[in-house]
Amino acid sequence: MLIRVENLSHTYIPGTPLARAALRDISLEIAPGERVGLAGRTGSGKSTLVQHIAGLLIPAAGRVLLDGIPAHARTARARAARLRIGLAFQHPEDQIFEQTVFREIAFGPRNLGLDKAEIAARVEWAINMVGLPSAMASRSPFTLSGGETRRVALASILAMRPQVLILDEPTAGLDPGGRRELIAHLRDWQCKTGSTLLMVSHSPDELACIVERVIVLDDGQLAADGRASDVLSNVALMSAAGLDVPQSVRLLCALRRSGWAVRTNLLLPEEALDEIIRARREAA
Amino acid sequence: MNLLLPGAYIAADSALHRLDPRVKLMAAFALMVLALVVHSLASLVFLTLFVIAIAILAAAPPMALLRTLGAIFWLGFLMFFFRLFTTPGQPLIVVGPLSVTREGLLVGATQIYRLCLLVILSTLLTFTTSPTQLAHGLEVLFKPLAQIGLPVREFALVLTIALRFAPALLDEIDKIGKAQRARGVQMDSRNPLRQAQSWSPLFVPIFVAAFRRADELATAMEARGFRGAQYRTRLHQLHLSRQDVLAALSILFISLVILIGERMT
Repeated sequence: MLIRVENLSHTYIPGTPLARAALRDISLEIAPGERVGLAGRTGSGKSTLVQHIAGLLIPAAGRVLLDGIPAHARTARARAARLRIGLAFQHPEDQIFEQTVFREIAFGPRNLGLDKAEIAARVEWAINMVGLPSAMASRSPFTLSGGETRRVALASILAMRPQVLILDEPTAGLDPGGRRELIAHLRDWQCKTGSTLLMVSHSPDELACIVERVIVLDDGQLAADGRASDVLSNVALMSAAGLDVPQSVRLLCALRRSGWAVRTNLLLPEEALDEIIRARREAA
Repeated sequence: MNLLLPGAYIAADSALHRLDPRVKLMAAFALMVLALVVHSLASLVFLTLFVIAIAILAAAPPMALLRTLGAIFWLGFLMFFFRLFTTPGQPLIVVGPLSVTREGLLVGATQIYRLCLLVILSTLLTFTTSPTQLAHGLEVLFKPLAQIGLPVREFALVLTIALRFAPALLDEIDKIGKAQRARGVQMDSRNPLRQAQSWSPLFVPIFVAAFRRADELATAMEARGFRGAQYRTRLHQLHLSRQDVLAALSILFISLVILIGERMT
């Protein structure tokens, strides 16, 4: 699905002294199958933007088109387009309401009007996709641990087989192991399905692991939009937007300042290691 | 917080914001009683002018103030509708056994007007008084009831907490509603059966969140040494300033003028 955002603006609580512009004149395009990261400090408009893309808000100005269809329209075609987008809010486990994990994950597919066998197959697939044992399907979601409920909530969205998956800080509140595992499952899911992934995150290291393109928002405006290796390694830009650069970039920059001939736009620790070894070899 | 309850407190520094909450509460009560009891047109006009003056003193945004009237639209409409047909008098339009009377029109209109004044007055109170101040004022004013064993301080605390968490709950409802819509729930379906089905995905998570929040709040309060409202002391004590006395006297004066005016006509 092709997502086009055209001159989008949004204001919260308009017409009162508390009115606040959350987005100003945002234009961008996301092609099918792209892996995009959305970064920005708290209050920069990230969550507002993803809600617009999911068709949950009505733009104050501009529009969002999903394959050419206005995202928030009340027509059957727009609804069908919206159902091809999966959205997980921050702390998606808050939305859990069913008595069993199976019913919780089956809720979305049921709303799609699928038949029983297909629903059961999708639940099984989604449960495995997030790395949970199939036996968990009969348990109550309210008896699971925090990390497990988070994964159940994600599975409930994956089971709808979205063409576009939007995740608003999917790893917030998880321990480092849980984060790594979740990111690995998401990467695996994206490889298998070839769907579009749009992930909101504060963590440049996390984004570096999974996305190829990064959009930076600052105060409701587009601060940057480009290849992950260009944007995330741009120290000036990232710090102006209130963000960190990945740890490997910090290390490479420090080495460069002390006279090493290393490139600094390598985002992953393994890449940084190779670069350092190469630089040492050349120096020797 | 991206949503606003109609009538929620607006932080500002106006003459009305600085007034003692006890004075504001009593003044609002007195003016509401007046709005209900006065009959003559002159009194209503006078009262209206006074309310407008208060709104100006409160630096209340006029549109936000008028928008709160939307909340009582259906109530007002029904009241007007029944008055229109049930008041005996000179018939204007006759529809079968029902007739719209001139008196009905007048009484209905006056009644709606009174209702609007009540809403505007209470909105002015909540616009300019923070929930904490409001609860504190109520607590002090209702203190005599504690003598007959009513837990006034606890009620005040419950009120403060409820007012404090209303916006948070509203945000929660908004968020869960959106999350479930993204999973294909049709909240705005015209089919009543479908609409009823969309309730449990919304309300189960919200109740779960509300209970969890209540639990956490109770723990947080205990951790900070809360042992029940009777041991509680206040950081901000209420003191009547000269402005407060002046405001109370002017309200008293205006009320008397209106009541005496009513008697004479």
